[in-house]
Amino acid sequence: MKKILFIEDDMALQKAFGTILKNKGYEVTSAFDGETGLKMAKEEGPDLILLDLILPKIHGFEVLKRLKEEKETQEIPVIILTNLEDTENVGKALELGATTYLLKTQYGLEEVLEKIKKTLGE
Amino acid sequence: MTLKNTLQDLNLVAQCRKYNLSIWQCPHFFFVIMGVIMAGIIIAVYGIGLYYVNDPQVIALSVLFLTAGLFIITFIITKAFERAAEANRLKSEFVSIVTHQLRSPLTSLSWAIEALISGEFGKVEEKQLEYLKILKENNKRMGELIRDLITVTKVEDGSQFQNKESVSLEATTKDLLFKFQPFIQASNIDLQVKTDDKLPQVLTVVNQIKIVIENLIDNTIRYAKPKNNEKGVIEISIIKKEKNIQFEIKDNGVGIPKDDQRYIFQKFFRSQNVKEMQPYGSGLGLFITKSIVTKLGGKIWFKSEEGKGTTFWFLLPIK
Repeated sequence: MKKILFIEDDMALQKAFGTILKNKGYEVTSAFDGETGLKMAKEEGPDLILLDLILPKIHGFEVLKRLKEEKETQEIPVIILTNLEDTENVGKALELGATTYLLKTQYGLEEVLEKIKKTLGE
Repeated sequence: MTLKNTLQDLNLVAQCRKYNLSIWQCPHFFFVIMGVIMAGIIIAVYGIGLYYVNDPQVIALSVLFLTAGLFIITFIITKAFERAAEANRLKSEFVSIVTHQLRSPLTSLSWAIEALISGEFGKVEEKQLEYLKILKENNKRMGELIRDLITVTKVEDGSQFQNKESVSLEATTKDLLFKFQPFIQASNIDLQVKTDDKLPQVLTVVNQIKIVIENLIDNTIRYAKPKNNEKGVIEISIIKKEKNIQFEIKDNGVGIPKDDQRYIFQKFFRSQNVKEMQPYGSGLGLFITKSIVTKLGGKIWFKSEEGKGTTFWFLLPIK
């Protein structure tokens, strides 16, 4: 069973999307802020990280930067799932090593699930 | 006030840029021009007085006092403008923060509704499904309104207009039309595109010009529905006109009532005949379109007859 770490501070989104991912057969762990997310990524070694950018404690960009710097987490694919739509942010995230950048408002549930499957090589 | 601040206040270009105004629209510039004209008038009055009046200094002094009074009034007006511009900037910033904050709960709502509809959380009865679909539709409308509001604040603050690059309007339009193809087919519309051979590129901001073309195409498809059950026809042409590229989009649809035409580029305005066809819409599309074209140094206009159709044109400078 593939393990997904979902770093997102919106509790409703965590619950709804987390449940859907579980129903699809993934093991899902959740973090509500950047600091906990980083810690869990190191401890649990998930197969994929879904990362929001506007997060409490440590900003998503900093989380991404540290994930890509640390030896034990740098190979984990990271999908950015955010509402920040500026071209600058997209470029910065991809430069820091994100696999994909998805705008929550532009993607439906099914499309996000497709991207996750593709990233996990399913 | 420090010397640095005083020098900054004297930098006209910086002052005008702060409020996203060109120098020709900027009150600070006119303040200086007025000063120069007044000084000229005082000298001229003194010069004329030397020949025709016994005591020219008295007249020159009277003009000087009058000028000083006018200067004070103009200075007060310029400061009032600065306060109004600052309040407007804060308002835009507030709208921007609110709209961004609204997006997150809206996404949660949207995905939760989608999950419920797909039966992810258990079987849904037919009546429940009907209401969930209404929720989904309304949620989508809210999302569109928020997207439009964000675009408005971005266009107004001018921050998105810095990086210009050479863009082919023809290729951009064709890419966008490809995206609209299912909508065009579903609306039973005949689309014709004509362009000049070897059109030069325009120096513009690609993301912004995409919004303009997208809005015009979207509007035209929505309202290109002739009343007498004829087939809707959309004609797009892109041609070179002197030092500009002209984009034209024409339909044989409902048209804009004459009385409404003067308001068409205003924020939140929607024509009555359009409201009857499409009850929902933000009324921001054409406001955004005109604001972007103007900021890109171009111009936009239209011709319309109710029941016969509408043609929109915009011109963009090649360089």
